[in-house]
Amino acid sequence: MNSIILLAGTRLLVALLLVFSIYMLLRGHNTPGGGFIGGLIGATGFVVYAIACGTETARSALRVAPEKIAMVGLGIALFAGVMAAFFGDGFFTGQWLFIGETEDDKGLPLSSVLVFDVGVYLVVLGSILTICFALEEAV
Amino acid sequence: MGAKTTTDGATGSRWLTLEGLLPVAIAALIFAWLAQAIPAVGAGEVVRYSWDWVPSLGIALSFLIDGLSLTFGLLITGIGALVFLYASKYMQGHAHLARFMLFLVLFMASMLGLVLADNLLTLFVFWELTTITSYLLIGFDHATAKARRSALQALLLTGTGGLALLAGFILIGTVTGTFELSEIRAQGDVLQEHALYLPILILVLAGAFTKSAQFPFHFWLPNAMAAPTPVSAYLHSATMVKAGVYLMARMHPNLGGTEIWLWTLTIFGAFTAVFASFMALKQTDLKQSLAYTTLMALGTLTLFLASDIGYAITAAMTFLIVHSLYKATLFLVVGVIDHETGTRDVDRLGGLARAMPVTAFAAAIAALSMSGIPPFIGFISKEIKYAAALGVESEPVFVIGAVLLANALMLAVAAVVAFSPFWRNKHLAAELSPHEGPWQMLMGPVILATLGAIFGVFPSLLAASLVNPGVAAILGPEAEPAKLKLWAGVNLPLILSIVTIALGIAIYIYSRPMRAALQAMGERLVNFDRGWDRVLDGLKWLAAWQTDLIQSGVLRRYLFITFLTLLIGIGGTIIAKDALSVTVAWPDLLLKHWVVVALIVAGAMLTLTTSSRIAAIAGLGAVGIGVALIFIIFGAPDVAITQLLVETLVVVLFGVAALKLPRLDDSGRKTHRPLDALLAVGVGAIVTVVLLMVTAGPLDRRLTTYFEETSWPEAFGRNIVNVILVDFRALDTFGEIAVVVIAALGAYALLKGRKQDDPR
Repeated sequence: MNSIILLAGTRLLVALLLVFSIYMLLRGHNTPGGGFIGGLIGATGFVVYAIACGTETARSALRVAPEKIAMVGLGIALFAGVMAAFFGDGFFTGQWLFIGETEDDKGLPLSSVLVFDVGVYLVVLGSILTICFALEEAV
Repeated sequence: MGAKTTTDGATGSRWLTLEGLLPVAIAALIFAWLAQAIPAVGAGEVVRYSWDWVPSLGIALSFLIDGLSLTFGLLITGIGALVFLYASKYMQGHAHLARFMLFLVLFMASMLGLVLADNLLTLFVFWELTTITSYLLIGFDHATAKARRSALQALLLTGTGGLALLAGFILIGTVTGTFELSEIRAQGDVLQEHALYLPILILVLAGAFTKSAQFPFHFWLPNAMAAPTPVSAYLHSATMVKAGVYLMARMHPNLGGTEIWLWTLTIFGAFTAVFASFMALKQTDLKQSLAYTTLMALGTLTLFLASDIGYAITAAMTFLIVHSLYKATLFLVVGVIDHETGTRDVDRLGGLARAMPVTAFAAAIAALSMSGIPPFIGFISKEIKYAAALGVESEPVFVIGAVLLANALMLAVAAVVAFSPFWRNKHLAAELSPHEGPWQMLMGPVILATLGAIFGVFPSLLAASLVNPGVAAILGPEAEPAKLKLWAGVNLPLILSIVTIALGIAIYIYSRPMRAALQAMGERLVNFDRGWDRVLDGLKWLAAWQTDLIQSGVLRRYLFITFLTLLIGIGGTIIAKDALSVTVAWPDLLLKHWVVVALIVAGAMLTLTTSSRIAAIAGLGAVGIGVALIFIIFGAPDVAITQLLVETLVVVLFGVAALKLPRLDDSGRKTHRPLDALLAVGVGAIVTVVLLMVTAGPLDRRLTTYFEETSWPEAFGRNIVNVILVDFRALDTFGEIAVVVIAALGAYALLKGRKQDDPR
């Protein structure tokens, strides 16, 4: 598709969508968002890019094959579940680390739950792009 | 396996490898450990070890050493050590020697677990492990179709039996309330008197009979001889096939003692024994011949386990040990012959004794024991068998007849296997050039054969250490085992022995014409092996037929059937339960709600009526966005965002795919439309009805309240939807994302695969 408007808009949109997707991923635990939504937004960014510049360019911008991203995401999610075993808890029990915790402030929370959500994000991103790119290349 | 890999047995140290030596050491160590328990078990002690495994299901990793399991354990590890030593030489130079030895050791471990287990489910796990390792070993030579077929046949048959066994065990567990064998045993005759006794018996015996290759499940065992000879010697004579026998012996106190047990085991055992003896005589391949004699032995063991008299169980225990000793020896001897000459066809072999004196010696002793000639242990075992047969509760004449015929045929087969190749005057073909096997391959046969002779002269050694404790384990401590004696005076068993020997020699002399006659007859009998193929072919045909029926490959038909099922399922349930109660009230909606409803309806109508695909897609998108708006209005932002994003992506995907799809006003699809419309209206109506019925009642808010209360304190998150997804229900989410990946890979494969088919 050779549209200058789309091409110009894409440059801005893609970057925004990708940053926004990470933002949605990270804020998901307390406000609307999360890995699933973040992954969808990220995928949308690359889909837009692929429509404007072609799948080949989009693939090279992604650097890693989307199906690999999906598989790695699944592995990360599994790892987040197994992590609980190191602390003697059941499969997929959330593990939390609060950096700089005080009496009334939890500080910076880090958790296996976030790791799991990152896995979900990568699975969704990778899976959708796998299908989209393949479909666009097949047509 | 006629490959002469390295025939020069003298070249010394290469066999001293880790994969060759380690298995032998493992087996020998376990053997020594078990052997030190002999005095304690002989004194009537029972050693028990137990660890929790799955406590919530009552499954414990518990092991029991009593007379029965000790006997089996010693046979498994003792013969195991010798067979491993033999195998390290027999398979020397094979590219996958290490793999082979690993399979053998895994098998040994599974078998040990099976016989030592005191928990039915633990036993079952090990039972299945022996099936799997046996599959790997039979199919070891996987480049040949015959090995693959035999392995699969053994796996399917014994695996099916294993399933029946599991069902039987679960029934036993529900009846007795425990899976621990020792506890079940302490309950006495509970099982025999229970209404479920018959199904339990049938299921357990189905497992035992398939594993121990009783007629009509016998045919997999001779086929399993496709495995390398050490495997045949170990699995298919001395150990694995005895698992079924072990199970019958183990369940004897709990399931035995009834009329049906007595007759089922007597008839199946006797028939298998006699049938297999005739089949053994028919073969010219030494290994096949031995395979059928193993069937005979298994039949005989089953036959004696039918009874509860001390004599019969003593006969079973003694014969079990005797058979393992001589049969492993003979298999190993056949392996040596095969290894050194390159053939095991009895018609091509003869006069090997001069070239292979040690092998000939071991073969002769084992064969004499097998034939039941004094002073070998086989003779004592045969005497006890006759004495037991005279006393059985079923039909002594029938049992004696079966045992006598089987024993006489056995003598003839022993002569064919162990006498003909070594002592018969026959000029060997020059290319066979026989010579003695290496010592690693002779040690097993010689030790096992010699043991047969030692036990023959000093039967009390065997009786005190293994046979009597074994009988006590089966019949209870107060049981009286028969005395093992070399000379019991002139009595009926002795006369029967003499008749057996005479008959056996006569059969051997006429073995060639008999073999010809049997082979001619065999052509006309039912061939189970071919029947098996037909069953498998039938199964494949059925699968192909139903796949053709269900998988038409037409997307419209899939959707039609799916929605029709939904309609019939829900509608049928509502009608059957007479649950239809819908009260329609005018909804109390605001203007913004009406706008959303109008948007959805307009989108749906556009999709239905347009003849342009792009318009239809846009219409569907409008419907999706309308639904997302509903989510927003009713306070579910997460769901709404997801819905919007998915809707967007779906439109993009459809838009791309639409380029390749045929036009909507294609005449073929017009004919389907009325029917499709009918179904669509039906599904819409039924879903509406269900929703109205659901919302009519009060919502159960217990779960919602729980999540609301615990989301922040326990999971440190304020967005309940996300907390549920990634924490409370993380396992579900994991399953879902796995499905997403699989779907993506499936779509990828379809799209890319299609591209290769049609290069444009």
